[in-house]
Amino acid sequence: MYESMYMLPAHMTFSGLDRFQHELESAFGISGQPASIRSVAPGTYPAINISTTPTSVEICAFAPGIDASKVDITLDRGVLTLSGERPNDLPENSDTVSVYSRERIGGSFRRAVNLPDDIDPEQVKATYRDGLLIVSLARHESAKPTRIEVQ
Amino acid sequence: MSEIKTPLSSEAAKNAAPPDTRSLMPRVNVLEDEGGITILADLPGVAKEQLQLKIEGDVLVIEGAMTPFAPGTLEPVYAEVRLSRYRRSFTLSRELDASRTQAGLKDGVLTLRIPKQAKAQPRRISVQVNT
Repeated sequence: MYESMYMLPAHMTFSGLDRFQHELESAFGISGQPASIRSVAPGTYPAINISTTPTSVEICAFAPGIDASKVDITLDRGVLTLSGERPNDLPENSDTVSVYSRERIGGSFRRAVNLPDDIDPEQVKATYRDGLLIVSLARHESAKPTRIEVQ
Repeated sequence: MSEIKTPLSSEAAKNAAPPDTRSLMPRVNVLEDEGGITILADLPGVAKEQLQLKIEGDVLVIEGAMTPFAPGTLEPVYAEVRLSRYRRSFTLSRELDASRTQAGLKDGVLTLRIPKQAKAQPRRISVQVNT
């Protein structure tokens, strides 16, 4: 299992078993909080942050080193799926190259996110910059906050 | 690819995070071939201007800050990445020539190439056998 670099600050001194225990608890909802049905083990590529604005939902995938044009983004019945392939840049069984650390994950990836009901599936934008894939989904006009005048 | 300045200029040192700032540990691949060491580090969200590479004595420090993006009033609802800084350091060994380090940053992946000192490159040693 890959260690979770995203959740734990580098200076925290989770050692060996403690760290493993901590990860199990947070990954499988043992810590008490119910986990999402589509939750994944910590450290899964790519990590995802979700934010909302009054007019949109912003999904930010931390996906360094991919060809953004080959990422498949689909939206189906309120579930957004990101999938693609990340090249594995390690040499294969080379006699002249030694590999000391191989923490970066290569290969295919897929992540799914439940979206709120008020998304307009016709208005989705995706951008890729500095290894961040940002999918911006507009909310329906009716879902946007409106000021109500008191009669 | 550009040369890293070493030692660090005083201005950059001032902007550097204090060592107790919480940061993410970027994932790396470290490879060695005959000419030197290659480090690949995942730093998603870090623009070139926000990346700091330092070589202090025999310690290489990689530091980066994510560029904040905030269209309007952004309210986080779910976060797997909760910190916005990266930091990781490595002890180099003497046969590496850190002053000739090359660095490149593309799509959130940092590539560092640290060549070996010319005299440290392997050469075949022929064994004299006295009969």
